[in-house]
Amino acid sequence: MDSANAHEADVKKHVRTYITVFVTLLALTLITVTISYLHLNVTAAITVALVIATVKGSLVASYFMHLISEKKVIYFTLILTAVFFVVLMWLPIFAHSDPIVIKHVP
Amino acid sequence: MDIPYTINARPETGVFNAKAGIWLFLASEVMLFGALFTTYILLRVGAVEWPHGELDVPLATVNTVILISSSVTMVMSWASLMMKNFKKYRMYMGLTILAGVVFLVIKGFEYGHHFAAGELPSKSTFLAIYFTLTGLHGLHVVGGMIVNGYFWGPGSKMWKTQPERFTNRIEVAGLYWHFVDLVWIFLFPVLYLL
Repeated sequence: MDSANAHEADVKKHVRTYITVFVTLLALTLITVTISYLHLNVTAAITVALVIATVKGSLVASYFMHLISEKKVIYFTLILTAVFFVVLMWLPIFAHSDPIVIKHVP
Repeated sequence: MDIPYTINARPETGVFNAKAGIWLFLASEVMLFGALFTTYILLRVGAVEWPHGELDVPLATVNTVILISSSVTMVMSWASLMMKNFKKYRMYMGLTILAGVVFLVIKGFEYGHHFAAGELPSKSTFLAIYFTLTGLHGLHVVGGMIVNGYFWGPGSKMWKTQPERFTNRIEVAGLYWHFVDLVWIFLFPVLYLL
């Protein structure tokens, strides 16, 4: 097999992976919608919905965006972004746990 | 002046320049949507009550399926170019653009329904953040469709002269489109299901 044919076979293998990921994403969408109709308690509902969304997001990023086999510079950029993103997400939690209480003086 | 490293990888980064550029742009987009998601959390935990079941879940589920499908057609358009099949590229890219149109039409129906019912952003905190998040996402879909439309039409001439560079361009456009899909994957449960 010459390099051109090997390359084409490699891409065809990728295409099969894309189809598998597509079917998985559809199944996960169906699961998350079905679970939303079960009326779980708030904590369980949020946990399940966000876990499924994270799995779906990871599949898109890993396979469609090829992050599963990317260069170090891209990983470094994303790790730095993730750090700042986590800080951003924690801000409302800090704000909520330490609210400004205005005392009314009679 | 020629733009450097449009085809081959830059030795310092290991990737072609446009790829490094789009990932830096996407990093800034993560922070943009992250700030709005943070706003959503802050508004929701501070609200006395939060509406549930007011949005059209079946319609949004259809839109989720459409956007996921468009991600697949987008990556298939890139794979078609990798296999030197320009006809298939045009077909898959056309389907991606079509999916974007259908997504926006459905979103337009949803918006129209809200407006007709007097559910404007000024009515409640929930509607304000709903319209902000979905509106910004919709603008991103429009932006992606303009770029994809260019590469489907006049921009595709590059395939004849610089096929590798054109393939790289489609990869970069694809990274942006998948990011738009990724944002919706989180918007859907957060706004519609929780």
